[in-house]
Amino acid sequence: MSVESVTWERHDRRSRLLRFAFALGGLIVVLASWQYLELDLRDFGGATAAFADLATRMFPPHLEYAPEIVAPLIETIHIAAVGTMAAFALSIPVAYLSAENLTPNRLTYALGKVIVTVSRSVHTIIWALVFVIMFGPGALAGTIAIAVRSVGFLGKLLGEELEEIDAGQQEAISSTGANRFKTLLYGVFPQIKPAVVGLTIYRWDINVRGATILGFVGAGGIGVHLYTAVDSFAWRTVAIIVLAILFVVILSEGVSAYARTKAQ
Amino acid sequence: MVAETEQPRSTWHRPTTFYDHRVKWGIYVALAAFLAWSLWGILAGVGLSRFTEGLGYGVTLLQTMYPPRTEAGDLVRLGDRLLESVAMAMVATAIGVTISIPVAFGAAQNLVSRPIYLLSRAIISISRAIDGLIVAIIAVMAFGFGPLAGIIAISFKTVGFFSKLLSEDVEDINMGSIESVESTGASRFQTLVYGVVPQIVPRFVGLTVYRWDINIRASAIIGIVGAGGIGQLLMTAYSRYEFDYVASILLGIILVVLLAEYVSAVVRRRVQ
Repeated sequence: MSVESVTWERHDRRSRLLRFAFALGGLIVVLASWQYLELDLRDFGGATAAFADLATRMFPPHLEYAPEIVAPLIETIHIAAVGTMAAFALSIPVAYLSAENLTPNRLTYALGKVIVTVSRSVHTIIWALVFVIMFGPGALAGTIAIAVRSVGFLGKLLGEELEEIDAGQQEAISSTGANRFKTLLYGVFPQIKPAVVGLTIYRWDINVRGATILGFVGAGGIGVHLYTAVDSFAWRTVAIIVLAILFVVILSEGVSAYARTKAQ
Repeated sequence: MVAETEQPRSTWHRPTTFYDHRVKWGIYVALAAFLAWSLWGILAGVGLSRFTEGLGYGVTLLQTMYPPRTEAGDLVRLGDRLLESVAMAMVATAIGVTISIPVAFGAAQNLVSRPIYLLSRAIISISRAIDGLIVAIIAVMAFGFGPLAGIIAISFKTVGFFSKLLSEDVEDINMGSIESVESTGASRFQTLVYGVVPQIVPRFVGLTVYRWDINIRASAIIGIVGAGGIGQLLMTAYSRYEFDYVASILLGIILVVLLAEYVSAVVRRRVQ
């Protein structure tokens, strides 16, 4: 009698087939996309050369231009700060509406979710296009765009925090005879305060990055200068602007990371 | 007789996260001053009338947007460009993820030497710090208008994001399984394939799908600077003041973005 030898296998036949189909499907879609876009590998070969060429044109960065970009950089930082501040103020009621355990009724819950979804599914730059029409070109339109985009982000994440609070503390405050507002202030808010601070700082840091591109559609900040420089092929100026943006973004990221470890 | 000594009254103060209360107030004041400066910078010279007029224009804008344009020819163009955006996201995800793999291993502190680690980290921070549209606008000038510039920009952004998150997973792997594979006499390459790869594959798939979802969003707007996809059509319609068409385009973008988010959420739930 022969002993049947069994080889151990991690996956059974069905899950192996599924995995294979998934990988194959992905590959086919990518190849089809490649065909659809009529891409050529040679284009990418040329890309390396073009980037090298660009790098030599950008060197050395146009240092004499540096004083000119200080004011637009400060404007960029202002846009991020004010936009975040406005978003913070607006997101608290939105978070309240979109938290299932606190929202007054079904309708307000739906309203909260709609605000969050609409704000989040439209990119900052598209909001900026809209507000440039409404409020004219300039930093104001950019600030409002940043604020409107951030409301959804903060509203969603704060709403999720609110859904995870301890109901006991809320009950304890309301059992002392506190009204609804006082319950929120003393029973609910302290529980989410670290999250509020942390998320706002985090969003501010994202907004600094977002504010650097608003100028492409005329909504103020350093992007206006970058757009002009790129448009006139002034590559050495482009280099100094990109370096300045890198500096500001990495600095704000550092500040944000430090502040968030403190806030937790 | 016992002399009654007056105890100095001490009240309890809530401890602060800052070093002491003076530092705390210092930071609060500095922050308030900074915010006031920013508010002044943005709002100086902006009258209330600009807000009220702006809201009025907003109403007019909504009226010109409604009803969105639905002529067959326009919708076909819209669908065509949306497809182009999706295709761009697919190719850019594939390229970006492929480039990310070596960068991610290079950025894992537990596997490589210090210089390689620092180099990989530098690539990651530069890619993450510069917005995709900035890369795109430069790529458009270097390679001309069209999807190629967009793909390069999105791939570039993918590398920073993907490598950072993947490298964190690589750093978290269980060294015991690597050791046990090594102890069977496996070569360095075999150790990588049988000791490291199986531990990160699920996260790898999840992250790829997650980034694909973000790339769909990116490819929908990157055309605003001429880098291909639906954004280009949006910008054309916008600069011609065809706001009813803008409305159709925005609806198309939102639909695709929400769909991608849904697909990505479903796949990630199944994988993890």
